[in-house]
Amino acid sequence: MKKKIKKREFIIEKSLVIFASITILTTLAIILTLFGETFQFFKEISIIDFLTGTKWAPTLSPQSFGVLPLLVGTIMIAIFSSIISLPLGLGSAIYLSEYAKKRTRKIIKPILELLAGIPSIVYGFFALTFITPLIRQVLPQTQVFNVASASIAIGIMTLPMVASLCEDAMMAVPNSVRNGAYALGATKMEVALKIVVPSTSSSIASAFVLAISRAVGETMIVAIAAGQSPVLTFNPLESIQTMTGFMVNMSLGEISQGSIEYKTVFAVGTMLFLMTLIMNLIAKGILHRNKERY
Amino acid sequence: MKIICNNIDFFYGSNHALKNVNLNIEENKITALIGPSGCGKSTFIRTLNRMYEHLPQTKIEGEILLDNENILTDSYDLAELRKKVGMVFQKPNPFPKSIYENVIYGPKKHGLKNKDALDTLVEKSLRKAALWEEVKDKLNKSALELSGGQQQRLCIARCLAVEPEVLLMDEPTSALDPIATLKIEELFHSLKEYYSLVIVTHSMQQAARISDNTAFFLNGEIIETGRTDDIFTNPIDQRTNDYITGRFS
Repeated sequence: MKKKIKKREFIIEKSLVIFASITILTTLAIILTLFGETFQFFKEISIIDFLTGTKWAPTLSPQSFGVLPLLVGTIMIAIFSSIISLPLGLGSAIYLSEYAKKRTRKIIKPILELLAGIPSIVYGFFALTFITPLIRQVLPQTQVFNVASASIAIGIMTLPMVASLCEDAMMAVPNSVRNGAYALGATKMEVALKIVVPSTSSSIASAFVLAISRAVGETMIVAIAAGQSPVLTFNPLESIQTMTGFMVNMSLGEISQGSIEYKTVFAVGTMLFLMTLIMNLIAKGILHRNKERY
Repeated sequence: MKIICNNIDFFYGSNHALKNVNLNIEENKITALIGPSGCGKSTFIRTLNRMYEHLPQTKIEGEILLDNENILTDSYDLAELRKKVGMVFQKPNPFPKSIYENVIYGPKKHGLKNKDALDTLVEKSLRKAALWEEVKDKLNKSALELSGGQQQRLCIARCLAVEPEVLLMDEPTSALDPIATLKIEELFHSLKEYYSLVIVTHSMQQAARISDNTAFFLNGEIIETGRTDDIFTNPIDQRTNDYITGRFS
């Protein structure tokens, strides 16, 4: 009897190890394919030309592999969407945790989380068919595909994540701490801004970095609303192409496996992977180094 | 008299938590509030700095005179009241900031900006709270690294830093071990010289040890109030006698 139980425990344990390994192995496989093809790419194209070139035309002749237009496009999207998602997300979190009545919070929070569950393609069409015409009414020189519209949509999409992460951290601040400040004569706003926000600053910072990382990796919205023209511009009203946008575009077209165009996708993919990986590590690092205790 | 409470009635929604409470707080004395759980002593202490205002659906009637001025009127500035009447809570609740920042939070909030003045005030407050010697070398360390007893003394120092006149303490030692409790009780004696103290306590011995006056609460009413010696040796009301001899909980 005892032996039987031991055997069962053994089987269960080992099969769980296998499940866990599958996840890790998949990740490793992805990284290997990504890096392998990227390595092939840099055999043909100089890494310096790739990182510093200002002209991106891998499918035209003469070919040109300067990734800066894609990088700048991606960074613009990240910055402009952050202008929406970070302040609004933090503001919503402060409202929900410090000001909203329990009942209001119970209604608003699920709605906010619902917003996070909308597929990004829906946001993409929302940007193209609603936000863009709106911008064009105010600023008629705006191109049909533009950074601003996509950024606003991504901002709205990542807002719930920022709000939810920040609010969770703020709700974890015990009321006894708030009462301590009230007892010293603090007002509600002082408690929110000088006690609650500073004590949750590492959670807030990590939420911000995650939101930016999401914006960098966002694909569908930019593919639909930001355009497919890899030009180096800093004007948010113009059409651009992001790294993700390029990858989608290429995988839709007819490129032959092993060709240089094919390898480009992996080179850009590796860059994207490294960028988001670093940002996610930073977010984790911030949280780990400044654990919030009360 | 530092504080005079006249006919205080207090309600949480429809719950009549304090019934016609009359109590005087003597200046530079320690007043202990005793009574079983739910008797209203914690509710009462929270009326003295209007802490109840942060709870929903509360209502108060009557008047509380602090230096002959009614603090329950809307025109009495809340920040001003809490500068004069400080409060220390049951569970130590330092801000998740450095020791130094904890102490200067109040004075800074009330407008003190000069760095030297703040430094002096930090030392003075921590000395008064008998914590200076233990923390003077680590003022920039997080307050959360201190032990429970040290945290509670830090909370007292944080209160003293705004130079209050009255100190309210809601079971200030109930979360502490006996040695930390003893340290804080010793502290009360030295604080009496500068402040009027009101202390809610569950411990009969503590009330008897440290207080000058005692008020016994039961079901939202004050049953008996007077000098601590009299209350503990010669209570007038049978219910007070039962409570201090431990005959009911």
